[in-house]
Amino acid sequence: MKVRILVRLKPGVLDPQGRAVHHSLEGLGFEGVEDVRIGRVIEMDLADGTSDAAIDDMCQKLLANMVIEDYSIEKLGQTEPA
Amino acid sequence: MSFRAAVITFPGSNCDRDMAVAIEKVSGTAPLRVWHGDDALPQGLDFIALPGGFSYGDYLRSGAMASRSPIMKAVVKAAEAGVPVLGVCNGFQVLTEAGLLPGALMRNAGQNFICRTMPLTVENNQTLFTSAYEAGETIHIPVAHHDGNFFAEEATLDRIEGDGRVALRYAEPCNGSRRDIAGILNASGNVLGMMPHPERAIEDVLGSSDGRHMFESVIGSLVSA
Repeated sequence: MKVRILVRLKPGVLDPQGRAVHHSLEGLGFEGVEDVRIGRVIEMDLADGTSDAAIDDMCQKLLANMVIEDYSIEKLGQTEPA
Repeated sequence: MSFRAAVITFPGSNCDRDMAVAIEKVSGTAPLRVWHGDDALPQGLDFIALPGGFSYGDYLRSGAMASRSPIMKAVVKAAEAGVPVLGVCNGFQVLTEAGLLPGALMRNAGQNFICRTMPLTVENNQTLFTSAYEAGETIHIPVAHHDGNFFAEEATLDRIEGDGRVALRYAEPCNGSRRDIAGILNASGNVLGMMPHPERAIEDVLGSSDGRHMFESVIGSLVSA
């Protein structure tokens, strides 16, 4: 199955990259940009039946740094045959 | 006296040789060199150094991959047993990712890679690593990093400040670090992580010899122990 992990900085943690991109968008003349936050997408192919607990464990042990980041897990369904 | 030290090399470490040279120049004994893929440390170590660099190309997060490499289990065990451990720059990032130190090192607030000599204040000189400095002394040590912006929650910051675990502070703003923190200790005081590079400041010809006292402090603590 395909799983997509979205890792984001926790609310309240300053995001210097997001801020720089925010300024850049304004510099290009886009109006109404109120905030920009940058995260990371990790897509994995996992054996069907991999448990939710195991995926959580992967996120907490490596994919996200729980001091500064939150994560969410999105299951994209069974792997299509190649 | 022989000083039995080890310098860990990760793929992408680039200050390991400087660290080894600094340890040898100050202690008189060349440190052992340990590869990250080893799963055991040499016996009877007096000191472990995690050097600077860009381990694993900073993939995922700075220090994240290295902190999960085989040797780190042994480093964590040694740290818990009281062996002095110094992590410099990428080594500091590895120590936070390994959970030996609180907080995280984020991208510098100004986005720029910062490479210059910084004035630092020795906040606590009652530590294994700083006893050869005066309390409140200003020292000059180079920094060279992109991800040195120390972050921890306010409660954590209050706690480590209250416990004297902020060993070094930037004497002027550097990279956006909370409370200008440059180096912190673990709760038992035998693990120090710092972004500035003391190993690059051990001789006047390098621009500063202020880093020398850091190694002298560790060596001195063993003699007096």
